Amino acid sequence: MSTLDTAREIFDREHVWPFLMPKAPEIDVSKQVLLYVEGLSLSFDGFKALNDLNLYINDGELRCLIGANGAGKTTLMDVITGKTRCDSGTVYFGQTINLLEKDEAEIAQLGIGRKFQKPTVFEAHTVMDNLELALKASKQILFNLTARLTPAQVVRIEEVLEIVGLKEQRFMLAGALSHGQKQWLEIGMLLMSNPRLLLVDEPVAGMTAQETERTAELLTSLAGDHTVIVVEHDMEFVRSIARTVTVLHQGSVLAEGTMDQVQNHPDVIEVYLGEEH
Amino acid sequence: MNLIEKIFSIGREQPGSSTMPFVVILGALCILASAANLLVPVDSPLHVSTYTITLLGKYLCYAMLALAVDIIWGYCGILSLGHGAFFALGGYAMGMYLMRQIGDRGVYGNPELPDFMVFLNWTELPWYWQGMDQFWFAMLMVLLIPGLLAFVFGWLAFRSRVTGVYLSIMTQAMTYALMLAFFRNEMGFGGNNGLTDFKDLMGFDLQSDTTRVVLFLTTALMLGLIFILSKLILRSRFGKVIVAIRDGESRARFIGYHTERYKVWLFVYSAMIAAVAGALYVPQVGIINPGEFSPLNSIEVVVWVAVGGRGTLIGAVIGALLVNYAKTRFTAIMPEGWLFALGALFVLVTLFLPKGLVGLFSRRPGKAKPITAEPAKEERA
Amino acid sequence: MRTLTSLFCCLWLLTTAAVAEPLPGEIEATEITAPVEITTEVLLQQLTEAKLKDTQDILEQLEAKAGEQLLPLFRSLLNGNLYYVKESAQVVIVNDDDSLLDALTGNAMAAVPSSELKKIRVNNTLRSYLRGAIARIQLTATNPERRLQAVRSLLSELDAPTVELIANLRQQETDADVQSIMDLALALDVVRTQTDTASRLSAIQIMQDSLESEVRIVLNQAVTDSDKQVQAAAKKALAAIEQRVEMFAFIDQLFFGLSLGSVLLLAAIGLAITFGVMGVINMAHGEMIMLGAYTTYVVQLLMPELIDYSLWVAIPLAFIVSGSVGMLIQRFVIRYLHGRPLETLLATFGISLVLQQLVRTIFSPLNRQVATPEWMSGSLEINPVLSLTLNRLYILAFALLVFFALQLILKKTNLGLNVRAVSQNRDMAKAMGIRTDWVDALTFGLGSGIAGIAGVALSQLTNVGPNLGQAYIIDSFMVVVFGGVGNLLGTLVAAFSLGIANKFLEPVTGAVLASILVLVFIILFIQKRPKGLFPQKGRAAE
Repeated sequence: MSTLDTAREIFDREHVWPFLMPKAPEIDVSKQVLLYVEGLSLSFDGFKALNDLNLYINDGELRCLIGANGAGKTTLMDVITGKTRCDSGTVYFGQTINLLEKDEAEIAQLGIGRKFQKPTVFEAHTVMDNLELALKASKQILFNLTARLTPAQVVRIEEVLEIVGLKEQRFMLAGALSHGQKQWLEIGMLLMSNPRLLLVDEPVAGMTAQETERTAELLTSLAGDHTVIVVEHDMEFVRSIARTVTVLHQGSVLAEGTMDQVQNHPDVIEVYLGEEH
Repeated sequence: MNLIEKIFSIGREQPGSSTMPFVVILGALCILASAANLLVPVDSPLHVSTYTITLLGKYLCYAMLALAVDIIWGYCGILSLGHGAFFALGGYAMGMYLMRQIGDRGVYGNPELPDFMVFLNWTELPWYWQGMDQFWFAMLMVLLIPGLLAFVFGWLAFRSRVTGVYLSIMTQAMTYALMLAFFRNEMGFGGNNGLTDFKDLMGFDLQSDTTRVVLFLTTALMLGLIFILSKLILRSRFGKVIVAIRDGESRARFIGYHTERYKVWLFVYSAMIAAVAGALYVPQVGIINPGEFSPLNSIEVVVWVAVGGRGTLIGAVIGALLVNYAKTRFTAIMPEGWLFALGALFVLVTLFLPKGLVGLFSRRPGKAKPITAEPAKEERA
Repeated sequence: MRTLTSLFCCLWLLTTAAVAEPLPGEIEATEITAPVEITTEVLLQQLTEAKLKDTQDILEQLEAKAGEQLLPLFRSLLNGNLYYVKESAQVVIVNDDDSLLDALTGNAMAAVPSSELKKIRVNNTLRSYLRGAIARIQLTATNPERRLQAVRSLLSELDAPTVELIANLRQQETDADVQSIMDLALALDVVRTQTDTASRLSAIQIMQDSLESEVRIVLNQAVTDSDKQVQAAAKKALAAIEQRVEMFAFIDQLFFGLSLGSVLLLAAIGLAITFGVMGVINMAHGEMIMLGAYTTYVVQLLMPELIDYSLWVAIPLAFIVSGSVGMLIQRFVIRYLHGRPLETLLATFGISLVLQQLVRTIFSPLNRQVATPEWMSGSLEINPVLSLTLNRLYILAFALLVFFALQLILKKTNLGLNVRAVSQNRDMAKAMGIRTDWVDALTFGLGSGIAGIAGVALSQLTNVGPNLGQAYIIDSFMVVVFGGVGNLLGTLVAAFSLGIANKFLEPVTGAVLASILVLVFIILFIQKRPKGLFPQKGRAAE
């Protein structure tokens, strides 16, 4: 039987198929900066969604992006994750990897995870399956034809289920979850993929105050090991988590600093906060 | 071991899963029918005529084709209106082999050239007919040619993210273009009349009862094998990715799957199933002509799947068998009525039976992967 | 291809003329025997008795005698309408409605039972002579247009007497166009019959500007001429002519391409509305076209006396028929499948099957012929190598008219505003108080109604059958997809470019391969630009 077990090992374990594993390129963060966005411009039919935008995100940082609707927050994320092509500018991940040359899947495999404004989960799959699909493992076809969960991966899934509070619902179809639960499941999927950089778009929309608090906790705890960029309209939430805040206005950076610095920035008061006061 | 274990666990893994019983019942019925044809005397009421056997064989080929469509439509949300093209291409590859088998027994007695080429005053076999007299080569072509077409088409379409209705129309255009092409005599596939007058297959007379029964049983066996294989594939993580693509392609992309590659290979797999169905179909019905490429044929397959219930392999098979049985009965009673019935079926199923017949019987949530969320947004984009 | 057939026809005429050559010898013989004073009446009398081989000299004498007066007689003889009354040997013309005319005077006559009439027979030799004779008679007609046509038709059968006649008439000719064609005729003769190099060269100079096929025949002969100078000049002239012919052949192809484009436009524009503006895929769109065509057929059945006006009735009627069927489909099927495009596709396909079968049951599966009104038949001849058929020309104009009318409806009317609002943001439109379900129904009705109109136009080009719509549905989708969904202007450009591409490929590859190539091209094009030629940009498009 032991030979059978070895054979099963051979068939099952991913380390046996190293040639199928994507060779994850080293991300060079020797200058402490993980993401370089320089001179980014993009226009839709004359409307400038991004206008010579420059942004640097340090490794392990938690950064909040704020700005009015149409300031270019979501478009910026679209460009970073490869969903939208920009007209000009550069986006580097670490010092060496040019993100503009890569498509969505490659960018995701590099370790850039994204959470959408509207929760998108695979509704016809169970919660477990959703998490399994998001696993940080090979995404190759041949591998996935025979892939099975390793004990370590099962343990990881259990952990994540614990974190997002969906232990009870693990065999439920994701489509049957409530809106808030879907939000959590999506966050769980991000955790499963263990990304280097997390882009989170309005994470607390539709969450209760309690859930918002938990999210804030989660995001702050993630920072350090991971780099997190959060887009959020909820100023209270931003204040509770933010160390550095970047204000976007009409497609470019208006101000950058701590929440207090930003709030007292004359330009910001004029064009953004000014409207609210 | 892994594989064997999986095969035997099919029945066990999900309680109530009907794969294994279904395959067993299908196989048993087919063997019974064959025995009733070969062993029971002709005058016995239990005797099954060879005509019926051939008819059943034809249905099974259709079931296989429906399976192919279901795999990509039901599980991946790609509505192909061109699967008849792969079916016909597989059929043509088989037909070319059968034509070469005729040898000098044709009307013109040319040992090399099929009759229609002699009729067109051709003197030489075109290059693409070379080698088709070898059974193994022809069978290779049955898989390769449609597979290659599916690969090229799929690669072009999925890479540039053509989805939804657009893709459906493109597939329809593809089969339409092929139909036009095969109607041309210069193509060297017999033009209008197609390939016919087959004599024998690997030395066995196609008209004999035994050959027919063997063909029928082969079809049943292939259907069973493909059914199990497809079930395995779709239950693997690959299959989960496929369903994930159906329900949220961009999400799947953002967690790192190259969705277009998954779609291409699934499309190729599905096209090959269709081609096998076509290859088994041709020796049983004895003819293949460009009419098989007609868009109507392809879209009819879709309605079989819809009737049975898409996203469940059993549904596709049941739908194909039922609708074709109905068609045979219907056309015998009132030929003009069939198109009315078929048309009405299209409308009624989409309006009132979105989950198909199988959906009627499995109302428990979580079973049989119900089609709850049609990704309407993505398809319109 | 067309030039080839016309060349072939000319050759055929030439050979028949050559066959007719030996006859003049006999003419002389009869002239000698016959007395000088023979009246037209006597000649006519002889015509009734003559054998076929003698008929020509009688006709020649008649031509010499009576001239223009005989035009109706010659014409009816050519058409086989010339009879004589057995008893009185009076020659009569029998009209299509069986009324009789006296051949000579043109006076109406009392009816004679058909058993009393005997036909005056003609053969091919005589027919070609008659054509020439009619042309010669017309040379002296008062209408310059007539004279022009007469000279043109004589170009292929220039014999010595004709040339002389033309040379004489040229002196008195005042109309510039007729003058130049007469010069051409004389030049043709010079090149063919004379030996003087200088005059032949100048004749070739004249011929160089003409597109008549006869000119090319003569020049082709001159290319092998023994005279080197003439040879060179002929070659040069021929090259110049070929160039122009090619240009006109190009225009001809362009016209056919535009014509196909206009058909595609008509077929696709309704689809552009239902698919492009509403996002609803209607596989029964082809059947809406078919219903329009059958409406035309029924209208013509109901008013057989008024075919000329039938289209004016058919167009609005087809719009109403197809439009209401479309609205029914929308209200009872498509409405319930909102947001499920693939299901909509299947359901409407089912409807298309039902409609086809319905038409087969009611009208039989055979193709039906729809008559073309008088004013739409015939063609507009621009020059000898280019003539545009009127029905295609009208349909081209009609397609553009429909297009601009539709643009106006969408841009200027309230319905158009609502349609555009709903197509851009359904929920918002609903919130603004627009009754989106009715807007949907009306839009669908409009798209289907236009398909019906397209059917009327198509019935003028092809036979009407149950499969009429199917033939256009895939092409129409291609046009809409190629042009960019939701963009009517894109549809226009796509329809014409596909039509033209198809027609230009056809001579090279053959019709079937051309349509295959166009399909393949679009498939590849969609890979590059999935949103078509004129895509909608920005966030709204996603």
